[in-house]
Amino acid sequence: MSSYKVETRGVNLYYGNNHALKNVTLGVMENQVVAMIGPSGCGKSTYLRLFNRMNDMIDNVRIEGEVLLNGRDIYLNGSRVEDVRKKVGMVFQKPNPFPKTIFENVAYGLRVNGISNKKFIEETVERSLKQAALWEEVKDELKKSALALSGGQQQRLCIARALAVEPSVILMDEPASALDPLSNAKIEELIWELKKRYTIIIVTHNMQQAARVSDKTAFFYLGELIEFNDTKEIFMNPKHERTQNYITGRFG
Amino acid sequence: MMNPFEIHAAKQRIKNILFKSIAIMGLLFALCVLILLLVNVAQNGLSRINIEFITSYPSRHPDQAGIVAGLVGSFYMVILTAIMAIPIGIGAAIYLEEYGRKNWIGRLIEINIANLAGVPSIVYGLLGLGLFVRWMALDRSILAGAMTMSLLIMPVIIISTREAIRAVPNGIREASYAVGATKWQTIWHHLLPISFPSILTGIILAISRAIGETAPLITIGALTYVTFLPNNLKSSFTILPIQIFNWVARPQQAFHQDAAAGIIVLLIVTLLLNSVAIILRNRFLR
Repeated sequence: MSSYKVETRGVNLYYGNNHALKNVTLGVMENQVVAMIGPSGCGKSTYLRLFNRMNDMIDNVRIEGEVLLNGRDIYLNGSRVEDVRKKVGMVFQKPNPFPKTIFENVAYGLRVNGISNKKFIEETVERSLKQAALWEEVKDELKKSALALSGGQQQRLCIARALAVEPSVILMDEPASALDPLSNAKIEELIWELKKRYTIIIVTHNMQQAARVSDKTAFFYLGELIEFNDTKEIFMNPKHERTQNYITGRFG
Repeated sequence: MMNPFEIHAAKQRIKNILFKSIAIMGLLFALCVLILLLVNVAQNGLSRINIEFITSYPSRHPDQAGIVAGLVGSFYMVILTAIMAIPIGIGAAIYLEEYGRKNWIGRLIEINIANLAGVPSIVYGLLGLGLFVRWMALDRSILAGAMTMSLLIMPVIIISTREAIRAVPNGIREASYAVGATKWQTIWHHLLPISFPSILTGIILAISRAIGETAPLITIGALTYVTFLPNNLKSSFTILPIQIFNWVARPQQAFHQDAAAGIIVLLIVTLLLNSVAIILRNRFLR
């Protein structure tokens, strides 16, 4: 058994002939926040999507190597992709609420997993919205359309939606990049809170954000994992010249 | 003296006015032709529109002839066609858009469907004649007619449904999958409800086409003189456009009036159907 919550071992990923991830080995401990940084197209989003098998949606993707969740390979035959996604939640770059009520957005994950107990659903919706720091703002208008919320609220709703199915890992793909600075700060605060209960992997273009929220940081470049270390080390004392250049803004 | 910028701006203004007038003239021309047509038809046929005309069978006597066989035939035809074409068309579109891989086979199918939508309707009539009337021995039945018509409108339904489903933002799919929904749940809970108004629009267009099409049904042998209503799927039948065609072909002036009246009925039926569909669509859009 490995002691990592999630990890990849020697993962290669190809889009057709494009070698998008090159032999990436990386492990994330439980209740850690790991930030993925790197220039656009470096493969960090692709890497993130390995953990909930979101890359399966794309044609012509070939994946080699092992992706482990709790020590089990999630790509092995016999592991249902829906089960993986229940354990590994995801928050996307652009807030993507369903055009349904606030309540139904959060409840959706429960419903597709066959839960119909009304009381349980109501309790879970409330708990998830509280965890996502949205409850106070929406508790009186749960029946309103989620599309009426502001961008920042929508994103917290999407976080609540992800939390409702009680995942143990949360993937975040630039969750704050489409938001205003205030909403951005709220999301970061939230990550601090969520960290107590969840393992979080976050892709970000924002260096300060990576430095503020993460315990460890991984720097990707052209599909390779260049450096992976404690966030402090990466930012104060990078081992590789490329990392140094990137975080100081000399390229990227 | 104007500077070059002003000259350019003046030229652009003239071009703008020119283009606008051409567009308006085009619109007016189309409207005039349509109004002329409607006025002409109304003048000829309006006096023949009454309950008797709606409820009578065709007759040798133009003043006793009625449209009921065609009206009911068209109604059955559209219902049967819709029952067959809509589920298969939407199903095919869902498969192609959400399940099928986007490789060369997929592209080949896509090109073929697009081409099928443009095939002249008489060709579908010949196909129906060979396949349904002769080979499946359905005879000149309303079922054979509806099956032929289904083939005719299915490509239109498939194409418009695919476009409707494709227009659903990918974020919705990702969000649904990300909480553990299966493909079918994602399609049923999100993609179909969200794209439903657009799918409906495509279906309306297809059905309207089915109401007006005549050639394929003449080819498979729909009758032109029917004094009974279809009472089962194997019944012979006629439809509104064929009835109208039949009257127009008669030498007597009085039958031409019947034809004009028939055209009015056909227009009203089409308009009614379209408005029902538009009302439905707007209700779901809210």
